Amino acid sequence: MSEDREFSSSRRRFLGGAAVATGALATGKLVHAQAASPDPLITELQPWQQYLGDGVDARPYGMPSQYEAHVVRRNVEWLTADTVSSVNFTPLHEMEGIITPNGLAFERHHSGIAEIDPGLHRLMINGLVDKPLVFTMEDLMRFPRENRTYFLECAANTGMEWRGAQLNGCQFTHGMIHNVVYTGVPLRLLLEEAGVKTSAAWVLPEGADASAMTRSIPLDKALDDCLVATHMNGERLRPEQGYPIRLVVPGWEGNMWVKWLRRIEVGDQPWHHREETSKYTDLLEDGNARRFTWVMDAKSVITNPSPQAPITHGPGPTVITGVAWSGRGTIPRVDVSLDGGMNWHVARMSGPSLDKSMHRFYYEFDWDGAPLLLQSRAHDSTGYVQPTKEMLRQLRGENSIYHNNGIQTWAIDETGRAENVEVG
Amino acid sequence: MKKIAIAAGALLATTCVHAIAQEMPAPSREGGYGLGRAALPEEIAAWDIDIRPDGQGLPVGSGDVWTGEELYVTLCSSCHGDFGEAVGRWPMLSGGFGTLDAEDPVKTVGSYWPYISTVWDYVHRAMPYGAAQTLTDDEVYAITAYLLYLNNVVDDDFELSNETFAEVALTNEGGFFMDDRDDVEIPEFSQEPCMSDCAENIEITMRAAVLDVTPETEEETVEQAAVTEEDAPEAPAGPDPALVAAGETVFRACAACHEIGEGARNRVGPHLNGIHGNAVAVVEGFRYSPALREAGESGMVWDDETLAAYLADPRGFIRGNRMAFQGLRSDEDIVAVIAYMQSAGAE
Repeated sequence: MSEDREFSSSRRRFLGGAAVATGALATGKLVHAQAASPDPLITELQPWQQYLGDGVDARPYGMPSQYEAHVVRRNVEWLTADTVSSVNFTPLHEMEGIITPNGLAFERHHSGIAEIDPGLHRLMINGLVDKPLVFTMEDLMRFPRENRTYFLECAANTGMEWRGAQLNGCQFTHGMIHNVVYTGVPLRLLLEEAGVKTSAAWVLPEGADASAMTRSIPLDKALDDCLVATHMNGERLRPEQGYPIRLVVPGWEGNMWVKWLRRIEVGDQPWHHREETSKYTDLLEDGNARRFTWVMDAKSVITNPSPQAPITHGPGPTVITGVAWSGRGTIPRVDVSLDGGMNWHVARMSGPSLDKSMHRFYYEFDWDGAPLLLQSRAHDSTGYVQPTKEMLRQLRGENSIYHNNGIQTWAIDETGRAENVEVG
Repeated sequence: MKKIAIAAGALLATTCVHAIAQEMPAPSREGGYGLGRAALPEEIAAWDIDIRPDGQGLPVGSGDVWTGEELYVTLCSSCHGDFGEAVGRWPMLSGGFGTLDAEDPVKTVGSYWPYISTVWDYVHRAMPYGAAQTLTDDEVYAITAYLLYLNNVVDDDFELSNETFAEVALTNEGGFFMDDRDDVEIPEFSQEPCMSDCAENIEITMRAAVLDVTPETEEETVEQAAVTEEDAPEAPAGPDPALVAAGETVFRACAACHEIGEGARNRVGPHLNGIHGNAVAVVEGFRYSPALREAGESGMVWDDETLAAYLADPRGFIRGNRMAFQGLRSDEDIVAVIAYMQSAGAE
């Protein structure tokens, strides 16, 4: 961490000269900064320019640079009783593009990480089928497979913010999400293999870990776009993401994407298990609760600047960036506000725009050093526009925990420091 | 030039759309691929453990409230509290009636859960925490009966069985309704939004910094642990490594509540570093039961003998202690896990 601090403070010192250029902005002329003395990083020979580095086999599985050691998933300890049944958060403020590297994809376990030898793992299909079947992992790799990029968002993402601004960092407010390329066998093919009976209407995926996670999923969804995934971002699933296989339920809440998948039961009614009754139901103000709130509504957040990633360069050209996604389609447009929602600018989308995948947006402007109230607002391909937190509270109250997709505000002060705030 | 650029852009857009449209789904095959094998009845019976609200899946069996209480106090109360009131941030299982529309709703089995089948299914599939699927069917019936009793759903003489199951209902069964966002929210959230001069005045109404609940980034605890390790003297010749390895596997049953080794902290149970050879109930910062405190005050020390007796029968050896563990049945496991604790917990 200390290296990181040194890096940013020396960068700040070096960029002190930028004040010259900023002053010139008002006149419309572009003047580059002037250095008072030659930069020793250029005039003096550095060790890495002189000595030999590691050879090819020193890092058989490559890891990020040592200078990126602070880019990690983090836990909010007070949230849960125990790390074994808990969640950590993707460092969105350190990422670019749309793909979450496998080692940074947030984790949510209910009984810790099951470490399973794929040779000892089986997938069973039973219930209302003609032929109950058992597959080995080798069997699964002989079915045709597909590659799809999808976001996985926990229904409780941003759940700590229902009663107002709580956590300073988009990692903590919005980091229960990852977006990866899955390779998997369509669940449809496995169900066809077993032969689904005409009375069937639901499926129940079940995990092999010590929580034996289960969720009821309508058969239509199972036959539509669900995958039994073996790979993420080109390599095998990570143990914490369900190795050797997990269910992919595109656009729907992450809890349904059962990890360490061992069984799919086909039935004619939902099971109303713990994770779809006691949890993952949305309690409204009148004391009644919505159940089966599967789809993730359109949502966006500015990742930079944000409380963990303040503006350190002072006034002048500034890049605002963030991510947006919708469980109902693509994100053709994101609006950005610099003044807490008074005025909006259409942001620039960049990168692949894929169905039920994360999208990246940018808004570039010349910051004058005055305080800002940054917001982003996603529009999805169905015409849905991300609501404000207040609009959500009016309809749902403050106790629904899940599905908080309200517009996030970051207050930027004159020094570039960012804070999680609410505006009204 | 600009025209050409636009035309090229349009062409590019069409090409992209084309490329996506051309992606074919993984093909079905008439009659299937002939992969996998038939699941045997015994295999289905072993894995098909799910229970539905209509009772589908319930095995034949029964258990009464009093049997349930005994099991619950032994197996569940260290996290959920003796009466379901919960310890720390573990789930509360009882009470909370009439709070669902309050400012701070308390969602318990009694106040919120819609179906008894969910309790039976969950206790059976995932509890006790760290020893899932070790309860017999009758034990699950009994614990479920006790939870119903704690929530005033049944009297103390009630026996829950696959036959009496249908007689009991939870009060909040009607408190749930199907997701209606498509009707209630989507129309309202699909309006063309305002782009300029959207409010008269906008000001900050709340700041996260006031609450200050964001985790610190500094890893001070890790640094501290590293220092301790460097200062540690050479460990004396420890127990047999093979025994230690076997003990590590046995220790998994303990790890749901106890940490051991570098950086170990108190969790549901105290950390176990330095436990071997030390007095009973002296780990700093852990709230021991009066029974364990008394044992420690009377001079009891954790050595091979006392640990073995305790691990074989925790409740019998020190009556009234709160460790929710039934005990290790095999002497081999006991010897191994003591060796492991001695090795991994060496200070």
